[in-house]
Amino acid sequence: MTQAIPTEQPNQNNSAIIRTLTLIATISGLLVVLVVDATQPLIAENQRIAIEQAIFQVIPNATQWREYRLSKDKLIPVEQADNGISIYIGFNQQGSMTGIAAQAAAQGYADTIRLLYGYNQDCECITGIKIIKSAETPGLGDKIFKDLDFITNFNALDAKLNAKQSALENSIVTVKHGKKTEPWQIDAITGATVSSRAVGKALNKSAQYLLPKLVVHLSQIIKLEVEEQ
Amino acid sequence: MNSKPRTKETPLSMDDFLKGVWEENPVFVMLLGMCPVLAVTNSTINALAMGVATTFVLVCSSILISLLRHSIPKQVRIATYIIIIATFVTIVDYVIQAISLDLYNALGAFIQLIVVNCIILSRAESYASKNRISKSVVSALGMGLGFTIALLCLGTVREILGAGTLLGFPLFGTNFEPWVVMILPPGGFFVLGSWLLIFALIKQRKTQHETQHKTLHKIKIEESSHGH
Repeated sequence: MTQAIPTEQPNQNNSAIIRTLTLIATISGLLVVLVVDATQPLIAENQRIAIEQAIFQVIPNATQWREYRLSKDKLIPVEQADNGISIYIGFNQQGSMTGIAAQAAAQGYADTIRLLYGYNQDCECITGIKIIKSAETPGLGDKIFKDLDFITNFNALDAKLNAKQSALENSIVTVKHGKKTEPWQIDAITGATVSSRAVGKALNKSAQYLLPKLVVHLSQIIKLEVEEQ
Repeated sequence: MNSKPRTKETPLSMDDFLKGVWEENPVFVMLLGMCPVLAVTNSTINALAMGVATTFVLVCSSILISLLRHSIPKQVRIATYIIIIATFVTIVDYVIQAISLDLYNALGAFIQLIVVNCIILSRAESYASKNRISKSVVSALGMGLGFTIALLCLGTVREILGAGTLLGFPLFGTNFEPWVVMILPPGGFFVLGSWLLIFALIKQRKTQHETQHKTLHKIKIEESSHGH
């Protein structure tokens, strides 16, 4: 480590350095590209399975679901849409709508927390959440998907729209552990306050934005599905 | 491999492998790579996955560095090692994502942090860059195994004490109150300290035993020479 760096023949040395680094970088690039190429379909499949399982978890009573996209304030089936926000609609055996699911995200303690949440139009509440991606501290922040008490917060979290249907009547907020008094409050986890707040923030942001736009289309979806059946 | 060494280097022996496991154990003897050792050992499965991932990176990077050892200029050797190590870490990252997203989520940022694991860099700098491929691979395997064993030592103890489970299965009845601090960072230090104490005691015993043996031997020789 402490050997003196030879200073003779700098030109020859420089070309050797450039040659080696180029070679190594080429090998590295090649290897990484090969592996990414080989694993990409598997990873996409894993993520698809994770989301599919999550949809059934956050929409109770759903036996099948269909993906729609919300773009330019219109809700269209995924086959006809190129872009927009993915909305998953769950149906029961009879083909009537039992709830919708959408993705939400917010900055957690370590990285962005991405989650899927279910919403039921009849109780106007959130019916469940499932964390899809998080890098929260093991043992602390990862309680947001391991702590059963925290997860029961989302069995029926109030998300009523106001009279004008322009926003939520009450914003979803995270409160300190044991201080939950209203149905739209989330009881935080002691020792994982930042992560708990991030979940609340993600839900509030997404619900405030999506629900007012979605509500108009939901009645239409029920009809569509009945016609198809 | 053992019978026909092609160069003047010392032949491949079991010692190269065992050194990393016991005599030069990266965690318990050299105290290297403390970041992952303390951070991911809060459960057995995390410890095992981390150990296997690190061993893979260690072995692969040792092969490539040993292969290129004559053509890497001194000035850029560290940069070269880091590129090689980072390549294999990226590969591990994608492979784990392809195998299981749950495991990937559990390990979080620590997979990417293998890049700066000093065990791997020290193997590259002090061994793989000076020895032929077969020796480097055997040494890397030994070090990897030693690291994995050390992680498992910490992981199992912390999981049993801190969560009352082993590999996710509950070990005790419902009235067992988990010792939560063991899963938190301070617990990592407690358990590591305890293991180091045990290892130091074993070593001390061994040396004491050896010196006693030697002195006894000396006395016997002296006695027998006096007798004549």
